[in-house]
Amino acid sequence: MQKITCEQLIEKAVALLNDGTVSCVLGWKKGEFDYDITPALFETEEELKNEFVWNDFCRANFSKYLISKTAKCEGKILVFLKPCDTYSFNQLLTEHRFDREKVYAVGIPCEGMADIDKIKAICGDGICKIECGEKIAVSTIYTDEPTLIDAKDVLAERCINCKSKKHVAYDELIGEDGDVIDSGRFDEVAKLEAMTPDERFAFWQNELSRCIRCNACRDVCPACTCEKCVFNNPKSGVENKSPANSFEEQMFHIIRAFHVAGRCTDCGECSRVCPQNIPLHLLNRKFIKDMNEFYGEYQAGAEVGSRAPLVNYTTEDLEPGEVFDRGNKDA
Amino acid sequence: MQMKEYKPLIVAFCCNWCSYAGADLAGNNRLNYPADVKIIRVPCSCRVNPMFILRAFQKGADGVIICGCHPGDCHYTSGNYYTRRRMAALFSMLDFLGIERERTRVEWVSAAEGAKFAATMNDFAEKVAALGENKRLEDLRCKK
Repeated sequence: MQKITCEQLIEKAVALLNDGTVSCVLGWKKGEFDYDITPALFETEEELKNEFVWNDFCRANFSKYLISKTAKCEGKILVFLKPCDTYSFNQLLTEHRFDREKVYAVGIPCEGMADIDKIKAICGDGICKIECGEKIAVSTIYTDEPTLIDAKDVLAERCINCKSKKHVAYDELIGEDGDVIDSGRFDEVAKLEAMTPDERFAFWQNELSRCIRCNACRDVCPACTCEKCVFNNPKSGVENKSPANSFEEQMFHIIRAFHVAGRCTDCGECSRVCPQNIPLHLLNRKFIKDMNEFYGEYQAGAEVGSRAPLVNYTTEDLEPGEVFDRGNKDA
Repeated sequence: MQMKEYKPLIVAFCCNWCSYAGADLAGNNRLNYPADVKIIRVPCSCRVNPMFILRAFQKGADGVIICGCHPGDCHYTSGNYYTRRRMAALFSMLDFLGIERERTRVEWVSAAEGAKFAATMNDFAEKVAALGENKRLEDLRCKK
């Protein structure tokens, strides 16, 4: 359950809208179902009061939306940022992707978001109504009484491994700020590293062969902001999914992760949007873990203007051949 | 019918200022290195995009080696330092996906090191030949 209420946020948004500080509000509204909350732009008080939503399903990271919205919108945009979103916000500012002057950022504390797949595993299909209170009340078309679920039991994977409850950027904060936490987010990567190369290859072949090349991971990623993407090249010959087992998927995912290496804030959006539930964040985390080990601790987006490891160097860096002496297990 | 002897196909990205000249020197000194090493000249080792390496594998290369100036000797001052960081990250990632370690390598070869160039290529070709054909990284659509 979230500590702050939807009413508090609406009240804040309406106040800022009415006194002219901002001209529109980037927030969440209900989608087709109660659990597919989608991002939306609100321009009037009525819209906010009728449609604005804040609950355990408001998972979208708004930072990337600011790029297109600040370019179009007259005046300032009010944006609500959860702690993990603020890292992406800072990272985009570092890369000069939007104008900070046109954004009014309100930090909101987050208690972790719910994973609908985990809820479906408990309640089954046919969910028709979800109410988020002390507990999440899920009604299905097959049952009369709603099932009550503790939000802690259905926490999304990325929220279990939450890296920070601390906001690193905001103009105003609602509620209390938390701390950076160590939740063992590299444990899963370490587990894979301990496998033999054959096991690792089999694991990734199994995961990545499910990829349907919908490019959702790329489109949602707040670090992937190129207007022309290398994967849109129709001459590459591999822009489409291959019917046979081939290296194509691995290549796509290695390059996708590599292009955001050092800039990835580990927000976990890639894995969230994947329709095939591929654990894509593990690839990004592997890069983060490596760079922490090779070049010292670095958290992308922790501060504006920091220099990412791959655009920096020292004369004493380790040689590429030496990476095998540490970390991953050999055959 | 006799089976054709397996020879690995190796792609070597050589920087124009050091390693390519090193390869030239190896040739002038008549040093032997495998003819299956295909050299691609690049302005600097940091010109090598990770995608180039993966594409080479996809199109049927059995091994990819990147040669550049020794750290500190880059013609563009700092290019090979960036290569070093990038390739460290990429190789570690390839290993993470279970791809054989010996298929990729970075080696620093100066223009005066013709002997080192030949020795490196001989050694690398031997290691790659021991691994056998590249099955994990190929893409049948890309093969002729």
